[in-house]
This record gives sequence, structure tokens and C-alpha cells, in this order.
Amino acid sequence: MLAVAAERVWKYFGDYPALRGANLEVEAGSCMALLGRNGAGKTTLLRIFAGLSNPTKGEVRIAGTVGYLGHGIGVYDDLSAFENLTLFGQLQGVADPAKAADEALERVGLTRVKDGMAREFSRGMRQRLAVARAFLHLPDILLLDEPFTSLDDKAIAVLQSLLEAALAGGSTIIMSTHQIREAMELATHVAMLERGLVVHTGPQNPEMLADPAWLYRTYGEKQ
Amino acid sequence: MTHGFRTAYAIARKDLRTELRTKESLNAAASFAVVILVLFSFAFPLERDEFYAISGGLLWLVYSFAGALIVNRGFARELPNDCLDVLIASRAPGWAIFLGKAVAAFLLLLIVEFICLPVFGLFYNIRWTDSFGSLVLVIVLATWGITVVGTAFSAVTVNVRVRELMLPVLLYPMIIPLLIGAMEATTVLLSGEAMAGDNLYSLQLLVVFDVIYTALALYLIDYVLVV
Repeated sequence: MLAVAAERVWKYFGDYPALRGANLEVEAGSCMALLGRNGAGKTTLLRIFAGLSNPTKGEVRIAGTVGYLGHGIGVYDDLSAFENLTLFGQLQGVADPAKAADEALERVGLTRVKDGMAREFSRGMRQRLAVARAFLHLPDILLLDEPFTSLDDKAIAVLQSLLEAALAGGSTIIMSTHQIREAMELATHVAMLERGLVVHTGPQNPEMLADPAWLYRTYGEKQ
Repeated sequence: MTHGFRTAYAIARKDLRTELRTKESLNAAASFAVVILVLFSFAFPLERDEFYAISGGLLWLVYSFAGALIVNRGFARELPNDCLDVLIASRAPGWAIFLGKAVAAFLLLLIVEFICLPVFGLFYNIRWTDSFGSLVLVIVLATWGITVVGTAFSAVTVNVRVRELMLPVLLYPMIIPLLIGAMEATTVLLSGEAMAGDNLYSLQLLVVFDVIYTALALYLIDYVLVV
């Protein structure tokens, strides 16, 4: 069963085609790593999947609830950690937002500072709060844009354990990343984008784990 | 639908909570409005009766200036940390996000307006308490019109680099009919006339404006937020 499908998706920004007929199918319960150089169209495709942008042409189908972790942490500086998560729980239609917020804070190790304002948090704590926010409603599909970028060690460990648990629980994960080693620890499938096109999709294989550059050499555009 | 109204309530509560903590736009709008009222009282040395004739115009000019300051923060409040993306990516319907923001801006602008009323009465020697009930009705109707149009344009201009300049340029021409109605109704009430007969037209104009622009904004907001 497909969790996410993109068919001949085009996206123009002015005259510039960020996506040029991209096709992608992601099976439910799999973890897809979107790879590609800067400007390949990874973020644009993820934003379309998240409903933040409409494709200029083509069709996108999403089967299930979505959690999104983008470049920004997506939390309010002038609300406490608990208030932030309760708010997002309400927006997501969670049955008991306060209970869900407490559980999410527990998962990311922020229970002790639940009443502290987000603006008073260290960078690592803010990132963990963002991770808690994205996982709060236990979404069917997790969309992560460069999730490991600028995370501290603790936040990376928290994120990886949450992603493993989500995958084990049947969630689908799509993440764009340049950090192939961290991504390959979780990815079951890989999609390679080049200049707005998906040039390769397939299961992860041993060569990718042993040598992350192998993907770019094999499927990437020769520079 | 129920989820939508719950979402609108959560967004309005969040906006009010953050604004009352930071007082970013509330302090600016209230102090600006009071200063303008005081300055106008010295700039136009009119007789008491003449003040009554222009009272509605004066009051609504000040309220509309303060309104632009309040609604400007509406969607701009979501820019730090890319919170707008998270709002849109959540299950929250666009109309509910808009409604929550409009309600929060409406209540904030009402606070500013009711702070201004005693100052207005004091500096212009105008009795505004005689027709308080009707005046509140006019203020509520016109303030909702300003905030609904202003919040819609706040969404339109949220990603524009010069949004603080763009918003008033778009807002004021659009709310001219509303301001005319509000000014006329307020002048009638402050002059001690009854809100009946021909005087009711301005009130009807406010109601029609509110209904049309609220419906339009709620319907079109998804096209503004997701492009």
C-alpha cells in the first residue's frame, strides 16, 4: 500500500522549474531518504507533500496524517514548552492534548523544563522541543527536511530513537538529507533527485552503507 | 467543523497570550492612538459643537491607524522559527487559522479603542457615555470589518519584504466604505441623535461590509496561504 505518491509533479518558481515531472512512490511503513545536491528539488517535493505548496502540474496523493519537521523549529518563543505542545496537539485534533504534551516532553527529556519559555532554551533543547512537536500526534507519515542538520549529539540520539520507534510502529518516514551516514542507519529506501527529477528509487543496499558517495557516483549527474 | 472552531479558539488564545506577554503591538497601537488624539485636539482648536460634527471622523481615523499596527502583527507573528509552515502543515483548516487570528486582532483593537474613548472624551469635551450601548455596537461592527480585511492582507503580505508598508497601502482603500459608515454612525450617536430612520443606513452598511468581507476572506484564505 502506498503512503505517498507523486505523479509527474512540476513546480515553477517564476520561470524556474524546481521540479520537472518528478515521480515518487513511497510504501507505507518504509523510510525513504531523499538525496541530492543543493537545488535538486528535495525541499520543494517535501513541502508539496506537507501541503505547504501546491504543484504547478501533476498529482500528489497522501494516505494518512502528516508530521512535518522543516528547517525552522516551528515553536513559539513566547510560549512555554508545554503550552507549545498543547497548542499543536489541539491543532492536530489530539484527544487529550495536555496528556500528549506531557508524554512528548518525557520522550525528549524536557519534562523538567516544561514550564520554561522556549526562548530561554538552549539550541539543543529547542531542537528537541521541535522533534517532540513533530511526533506529538503520532502521525502516519513523517516528513523531515534535513532533520540531522545542526542537531547536537543528544538531539540526534533522541531523533534517531524516535524515528526507529515510529518505523517499528508502522509509520512512514520521508527525509531529505545530506548526511547520508545518519540517514542510512534508518532508511529502507533511497530516492535520488537531480535537477527536479527523481533519477533513482530503490531499496537501500550494502554499497550505500559502506560508501555514501557511491550513490552520487552511480546515479548522480557527472560534474 | 467542530475541529475548525476549536482550532480557531486555540489560535486566538495563543495570539492573545503571546501578545499580552510581549505587548509588542498593544503598547505601540495604544500609545500611538492616544498621542494622535492628543495632537489632534491641539491641532484643531474648534468650538465644542464643531468638535461634535467631526467627532466620528476623528475617532475612526485614529482607530484605523491603530488597527493597521495591530493587524500587521497577525500573520507576521508566525514568521520566527517558521511557525506558519507548521500551522499550515497541521490538520488545521485555513479558515480556522484565519478566524483565530482575526478574533485575536479584533479583541486587541477593541482594548486599544476602549483605552482611547476616555481620552477622547476628556480632550474633546465630548460626552460619549450617553449613547454607550449603540456606540459599542458601531465600534464592534466597524472593528470587526477592519480586522477581517486587515488580517486577510496580513496573510497576503506576510512573505513580502516591505510588508509594514504594503499592508496600509492595501488596507485603507479597501475599508473606505466601512470607515464612512463608522464615521457617520459615530457622529450621529455622539451628537445625541437617535439611531433610526436614515441614520440606520450607516449601521446597515457596516453589517453588509462585515458579512461580505468575512465570507470572502474565509473562502479565499487557503489560496493565499498555500501557493
